[in-house]
Formats: sequence, structure tokens, C-alpha cells
Amino acid sequence: MTERKAQIAAQFIQAIPHAGALGMELTQIGDGHAEICMPYNPQLVGDPKTGVIHGGAVSALMDTCCGAAVMSHPDAPAGTATIDLRIDYMRPATPGQSIRTEAHCYHITRSVAFVRATAFDEDAENPVATATGAFTVEGR
Amino acid sequence: MARRTPEPMQDVKMRRDAALRALVGGVPYIQFLGISFDRRGDELTALLPFDQKLIGNPFLPAIHGGVTAAFLEVTAIIELSWSLLWEDIESGEISLEDLQAGTLPRLPKTIDFTVDYMRSGLPRDAYARARVTRSGRRYASVQVEAWQDNHDRPFAHGAAHFLMPRKPEPGEAK
Repeated sequence: MTERKAQIAAQFIQAIPHAGALGMELTQIGDGHAEICMPYNPQLVGDPKTGVIHGGAVSALMDTCCGAAVMSHPDAPAGTATIDLRIDYMRPATPGQSIRTEAHCYHITRSVAFVRATAFDEDAENPVATATGAFTVEGR
Repeated sequence: MARRTPEPMQDVKMRRDAALRALVGGVPYIQFLGISFDRRGDELTALLPFDQKLIGNPFLPAIHGGVTAAFLEVTAIIELSWSLLWEDIESGEISLEDLQAGTLPRLPKTIDFTVDYMRSGLPRDAYARARVTRSGRRYASVQVEAWQDNHDRPFAHGAAHFLMPRKPEPGEAK
């Protein structure tokens, strides 16, 4: 069941037009955990002087990854939507490097899923950003 | 003392629009999402025209929550930068030539950003306006709201904190 759900979630991510537009790749999913990678793309730059990716693109990555984590949770039916999301930016992502996000759905009730996520570039010791969010649990 | 002749309206508008163009046009990600800004005096309204690539849930369909977050964040950062630039644009401290050459002061950096999603973003154009609630020497707070057909029914709002760009010391190169 969990495997099937993971498969559904993976297909769902691939079916999201905006995830495709940002070049997102789902690298891991299952049991309330998800990992998504977003390659560096000059079109996503927020500060032309430095070539650093815009915070908004990082937000989109975080949101997608959190949603995927919720959908892969054993207690979640397939659908979810963001209620709120808070993102803290620790440092600018290094230009030219992919951004990898790990999200964990650490608690779920009948109606709300709670998620935490962290984003890294190639330096896995120092996060680029962290996020916490609440998501709806739908279709029950 | 003789009153200074007011600058021709044309020149003022040209300088303001050039400043806005320099601020917005220089950011690839803003172009990627297709966001533009409408200016009335110093008031800005962000416009996000609908596009298929902005979809997050193809079954509803609805705009991606990440797009909504990005739209709010872009609006907040442009509003804050605009409010910082405004005085220099008005006083002529920043000249039209500077703006056309793309020499803009550094932008504020996002410290954190919180988005509340009130309803799903429909597959149509969206608008947003931001308000700088505090603008200090080091930090600034900005609130931002986005709506679609009905301004009284916003679909998302956000609150952001920014780290202000360091002002160059007198005599230091900008």
C-alpha cells in the first residue's frame, strides 16, 4: 500500500507543470519523507549581480517537497494543500550548484499534517534554508 | 526666495518608470514567472498573468503554492526596494543615465517569509500589493496580499523580514 502510494506521489510530482518548469526531480519518497533536487538554472536568478537563485524558487521547491512528504505518509490519503508555510533563509545558495530539499511529515492528524524541511546546496553541513508548514489532509 | 520651477511631468514620469524597469527587468526570476508591475505615483501593484507552467494541481486546477509564495515574495522585495529608492529617484540622486546603465543599489535580503493560504489560486491572473510596516537601518518588515477577481477575497497573504543593504559610507564607491 505504502509503495503504491509512493508511486502515486511520484507520478503526481511529475504531473505538476510548475515542478517541471523548475526542473525538479524527486529523488526519494516514502513514509512521510521526501527529497527533491532542483538544478541550477540562470532563469531562476534573483540577484543578477551575484547569480544567486531567487528565494521564491526556493520557496516553490520547499512547498513541493513538503507536499510530497505529506502524500507519502502512511496515514495520509493522496491529496493535500498548503495551509501555511514559513521559510527561514540561512544563507544564499552557491551559484551553479543544485539545491536539494529534504522534507519530513513528523505529525499527522485527521485533518492537518505538520512538516519540516531543510534545503542544502553541495555543502551538506550548512543549510541554505529551513521551512515549517501545516498542510491539509484531504479525501478522508 | 524664488520658487524652483517644477520639473516637467514627462521627465518625472520617465525617471520613475526607468527606475521601476531597472529594478524589475534586471531580475531573471521575475521574468521567468512573467510578473510585471503597475505604477500609480509611488503605489505599485504586481501582476501575475496566468500561464500553464504555474499550475501546481492539474486536477483542480490550481496555481502552485510555491508560485503563490514566490509571487508574494517578489512583490514584497520590490515594494521594499522601491520605497528605499523612491527618495533618491525624486531628488535626482539616482540619474536616468545611471538607471539605464543598470547601476542600482544592492537589494535587501530575505531573512524569513511566512505565507498563509486562504483559498486555492485559480487558473487566472493574480494581483498583489505589499506594505512596508517597518523600515529600519538594519531590518525591515513587509506585509503582502494577493487576490484574483475580487480584492476583498485575497487568496494568500504573507509577512516577511528583510536584512537591509548596507549604505555605502560617504566617499565609498557605491
